Amino acid sequence: MATNRQATTSHSRWRALILFAVLAILFVLEGTVRNAMFSGSWNTSLAILNMGLLSAITALGVNMQWGYAGLFNVGVVGFLAMGALAPVLVSLPPVEGAWSAGGTRLMGALLVGLGTLALAKLAWTRTRSGIATTIVLIAGFVAYRWLFDPAVTAIEANNPARHGNIGGLGLPVLLSWIVGGAFAAVAAWGIGKVALGLRSDYLAIATLGIGEIIVAVLKNEDWLARGVKNITSIPRPVAAEIDLQNNPEFVDFAARWGFGAAEASGIWVKLSYMSLFLVVLLVIILLAELALNSPWGRMMRAIRDNETAAEAMGKDVTRRHLQVFILGSAVIGVAGAMMVTLDGLLAPTSYNPLRYTFLIWVMVIVGGSGNNWGAVLGAVTIWFLWIKAEVWGPALIALLTGPLPDSAVKAHLLDSAPHMRFIAMGLVLLLVLRFAPRGLLPER
Amino acid sequence: MDILNALVVFLNFVFIPAAAYGAQLALGALGVTLIYGILRFSNFAHGDTMAIGTAIVILLTWGLQAIGITAGPLPTALIALPLGIALTALLVLGTDRAVYRFYRRQKAAPIILVMASVGVMFVMNGLTRLLIGVDEYRFDDGERFIIDVRSFREMTGLPEGLALRSTQALTLVVAVLVVIALFWFLNRTKSGKAMRAYSDNEDLALLSGIDPERVVRLTWIIAAGLATIAGTLYGLDKSFKAFNYFQILLPIFAAAIVGGLGNPVGAIAGGFLVAFSEVAVTYPWIKIVGYVAPWYEPGGLMQLLGTEYKFAVSFVILIVVLLFRPTGLFRGRSV
Repeated sequence: MATNRQATTSHSRWRALILFAVLAILFVLEGTVRNAMFSGSWNTSLAILNMGLLSAITALGVNMQWGYAGLFNVGVVGFLAMGALAPVLVSLPPVEGAWSAGGTRLMGALLVGLGTLALAKLAWTRTRSGIATTIVLIAGFVAYRWLFDPAVTAIEANNPARHGNIGGLGLPVLLSWIVGGAFAAVAAWGIGKVALGLRSDYLAIATLGIGEIIVAVLKNEDWLARGVKNITSIPRPVAAEIDLQNNPEFVDFAARWGFGAAEASGIWVKLSYMSLFLVVLLVIILLAELALNSPWGRMMRAIRDNETAAEAMGKDVTRRHLQVFILGSAVIGVAGAMMVTLDGLLAPTSYNPLRYTFLIWVMVIVGGSGNNWGAVLGAVTIWFLWIKAEVWGPALIALLTGPLPDSAVKAHLLDSAPHMRFIAMGLVLLLVLRFAPRGLLPER
Repeated sequence: MDILNALVVFLNFVFIPAAAYGAQLALGALGVTLIYGILRFSNFAHGDTMAIGTAIVILLTWGLQAIGITAGPLPTALIALPLGIALTALLVLGTDRAVYRFYRRQKAAPIILVMASVGVMFVMNGLTRLLIGVDEYRFDDGERFIIDVRSFREMTGLPEGLALRSTQALTLVVAVLVVIALFWFLNRTKSGKAMRAYSDNEDLALLSGIDPERVVRLTWIIAAGLATIAGTLYGLDKSFKAFNYFQILLPIFAAAIVGGLGNPVGAIAGGFLVAFSEVAVTYPWIKIVGYVAPWYEPGGLMQLLGTEYKFAVSFVILIVVLLFRPTGLFRGRSV
């Protein structure tokens, strides 16, 4: 965040248009030109774009927290994973026998767990006695484990080769996107309640922790989402490729455009996903822009720019921070649910903080913190570069090391080209933060 | 009731591993807390500083081994350590010059420095991968055990064995020496006193003619030294894998905050507190209970949390401290 926020001149609108146009050209090139730099496949191009749009939604959530309120969330990966749970629990068909094996007992355990925390809080506020609170916590923990352990064993023993999880509710997958946002919001409420109102670093550290823990829960709680055995076959909101290929009308339609059935079906599915994602993205931007230009938005910016002054004006800074932290996390959770829907797969091992937390941060900072369109631009651009760097990096290193004789050093450099991406992204973050802290599209 | 065997099991599986891990965390947390005290931000790059320092030490160790130099019964890494520290310190001073100094001059908000440290973390992470790769390496050579299980059993005639690995003993010895040296430096030397003065009150320190840039440089050098030592000891004790050093960041922060950010004594206490809680909560106590109370037959392993959730322990400790005593047990810098 820059400390000086002058009113921007009118060319910033043109600047946004030009930058988005350049980005569009890149995607068109990726779709049409086939050479060393581009793949020339619309399927690849659209796949990058779809994931870029999801990154954009995540970046919007982070931008609400950072751009509106100056909150540094280092646990983006955890909120994405939290949202990712929703399609599994909401839209997957129910698992036969899982609920009767231990569903009620499991719910009881979770209720006891929550009740214990609430009771402990009550005991603490009422009596201020550490001993009473500890006794409540220990008794609650014993009761929780007594209920929880047999239930989990029973559920995981239920057809473990195929299921072993509690199963879903069989509701539409689009509904689960909203539920994903709600899941992430609940997690954010818990963490924000504790860490907000203290030093700004503490929220960063606490979110770092919750991020790792949510991913650990996903990896290890097999009853929830089968852990590292992964959940496949998450219902799709769009048509399947194979159905399209078997549909003669669609094959005719594709042939008229000069595409083979296989290629066209892939493009069609990706376009359908893209339209869904665009709708969500635009709705979120619309709501965010409306909020930002409302009295509420002005208050948020006032708090961000000068907390002391805002507090003196009677604004409850901690409460507002909590509010915007929850809202931003909910948006991240929605994106998490959408990512799982796009992949049709929940693979907890893929939730890597470098990829899902810090790359998103690079997107927000590069795009221009505080500017929603900037976040979108930054997200799609950085995602495009991140994917293409996989191809361009080794090519660049091969070019640079070309004159060198074949040696162990050269082989090592060529092997480690993929790691260059991390260095490059770190450098981009540092350079933008220092030399262009307002990003590609500065805040208006 | 068989107290002796229970004690042996306790020492072998809980006390010794937790003490070694605690020493490693304490050294890491000392680095974080010093940087916080002087530069006033939480350095997210500390884990990756540890990783890159260790990677440099490993490369030097391989070099030494290749030309036939070993430290006899001790790990060769000890010989490589001083040069490794020097190289890491140079690298860290370079990042300060290139990144942090600008924001310091600008008097930027601490959160901007935190963010810059995330960028540094990214770069260092990539450099570590470039330098040594993402695989797991073991680089402990020399004598593996001071006491191994079999000779302990023969010596005492107890059915339970006790092993003391040389890396664990080494960790504790090195940690004690480093901490003594650090406190001697902070309390007895002029530069150390300057550092403490600067940490307590920046303006007053400036008025008394303390050169801030020199204090900052010293801090970075010490932090790099601590990070390299902590990382090398951790790598010797367990094994080296770049990603583990990112994950250890959370326990280190928890340790530093529990002790009170900016308070070196607190960082050490916090390191051991976090390590002992982590091991105690994730250890299956069934065997010890079996010796102490053989009449009691618990249903499970008597394990409070699976080892996969060991990070949850540091997190819970962190949350409890933030809720009840945000300045830490030893009254660190104010909230």
